[in-house]
Amino acid sequence: MIDSSDINHTRRNVLIGGALSATATVLPAMAQGPSPDGGHAAPATTPPPVTTKVALRVNGQRYEMDLDTRTTVLDMLREHMRLTGTKKGCDQGQCGACTVIVDGRRINSCLSLAVMHEGADITTIEGLGAPGKLHPMQAAFVKHDGYQCGYCTPGQICSSVAALDELKRGIPSHVSADLTAQPLLSPTELRERMSGNICRCGAYSNIIDAITEVAGVKGAA
Amino acid sequence: MKAFTYQRARTPAEAAAAALQHPGSRFIAGGTNLLDLMKLEIETPPHLVDVNGLGLDRIEPLPDGGLRVGALVRNTDLAADMRVRRDYAVLSRALLAGASPQLRNKATTAGNLLQRTRCPYFYDTNMACNKRKPGSGCSAIGGYTRQLAIVGHSDACIATHPSDMAVAMQLLDVGIETVNPNGATRTIPIADFYRLPGSTPHIENTLAPGELITAVTLPKPLGGKHFYRKVRDRSSYAFALVSVAAVVQPDGSGRVALGGVAHRPWRVPAAEGAMPKGAQAVTDGLLAGTRVTSDNAYKVPLVQRTLASVLADARQA
Repeated sequence: MIDSSDINHTRRNVLIGGALSATATVLPAMAQGPSPDGGHAAPATTPPPVTTKVALRVNGQRYEMDLDTRTTVLDMLREHMRLTGTKKGCDQGQCGACTVIVDGRRINSCLSLAVMHEGADITTIEGLGAPGKLHPMQAAFVKHDGYQCGYCTPGQICSSVAALDELKRGIPSHVSADLTAQPLLSPTELRERMSGNICRCGAYSNIIDAITEVAGVKGAA
Repeated sequence: MKAFTYQRARTPAEAAAAALQHPGSRFIAGGTNLLDLMKLEIETPPHLVDVNGLGLDRIEPLPDGGLRVGALVRNTDLAADMRVRRDYAVLSRALLAGASPQLRNKATTAGNLLQRTRCPYFYDTNMACNKRKPGSGCSAIGGYTRQLAIVGHSDACIATHPSDMAVAMQLLDVGIETVNPNGATRTIPIADFYRLPGSTPHIENTLAPGELITAVTLPKPLGGKHFYRKVRDRSSYAFALVSVAAVVQPDGSGRVALGGVAHRPWRVPAAEGAMPKGAQAVTDGLLAGTRVTSDNAYKVPLVQRTLASVLADARQA
């Protein structure tokens, strides 16, 4: 069992340095409750945050944290675990930049509360591969130039890894002509299945090329 | 987002009782709609009851040949269930036409039924909205109404219901099983579930305070050919401007329901008698009493043409 204070050991903190160590643990700033009688200095007192304990695994490492109930999975990853590979785009489920894989399924981490993930197993872009040991999908994105600015890329890659798994499991899509048949691996299917990930730079065709190559290598067709 | 307290419920009755005990609380399952609204402070529940641990995540056969779909069955899993793909294709198609794979992986059956409108004036807290703040007025009426309702709306609200899944469920005449805080259960026919806006657009359905949806029952399969045709501004990941759900039998009879046109999934059973006569006759019945604006008048011919294309496909092979 790893306490949240142990997250200093994550790879990114080596780069980020010690300045962030104070934010590694979740220390709710405990306000003193309502203003004393007659106190006119502060027009409104911010109540102390409500916290709840949650234990889960991220990229194989166990974390136990006491989090403000409002914390999304995305903010937990970025602000509390310093796993900043997962990006915040729209923060309202419209862009897919925050896509991570939870218990084998891709989700928008911005639209899910951390406290609702007791016991969950989360994989982020940091868990898929590492420099020098890239996941095949990461390598294919590099090879096919599947990005320009790169901001949507971690979400695109997590999403495409899960999309191929969904295809393998026979989950149909909006463009599957025969609902009861095994869905085909085609550019039309991949485009539909990746429609939850927006790329402002417009690298879509190269992204489809990258996914197609990985799917072919795996023999998913 | 406003601060809230949080609890994980262990049984449906406990969840319902907890909701009643905490006025203004909300159940949370997938959270894909509720959290979005909480971030914008359109929803400000002081307490959340997490229902994900209730085990309502199975699809079971019913003695009459139908299926019982647990409230927590994710949209992906309902769309991918082979019994649904084979016997209730209109439901699979509707689910797959909605949202994105990421959202469908989280979104639940009951949560989808309870989605709030995507009316831009509901989302903009600087605007008057009777649904968001009862009595404040409706900035949408007289505003930008291209996406909004053409039938069944009132002077208080012109919002549409956003769900695709619910349109197919309206077509299939599903039952909505619930549990109340006192433990009593009931089944609400979907025809009696959604309300028109009238003068109380903030009351969207007939659930009582604390009442929790536990399952949706699908009646025995209808047979026939199933269609869900959705017209939208882009070919994926967008809400419907108009959608048509239809089941068409070999003799040309069948059922039709519409999305994107009203405060609730829109079905007029009396209009379905005209199906063998063609799309115009059915549309006339479905949209009788329509009131359009210059922005959304296009939806009337769009419904007729979308239905015509569905009926043409139904006649083929």
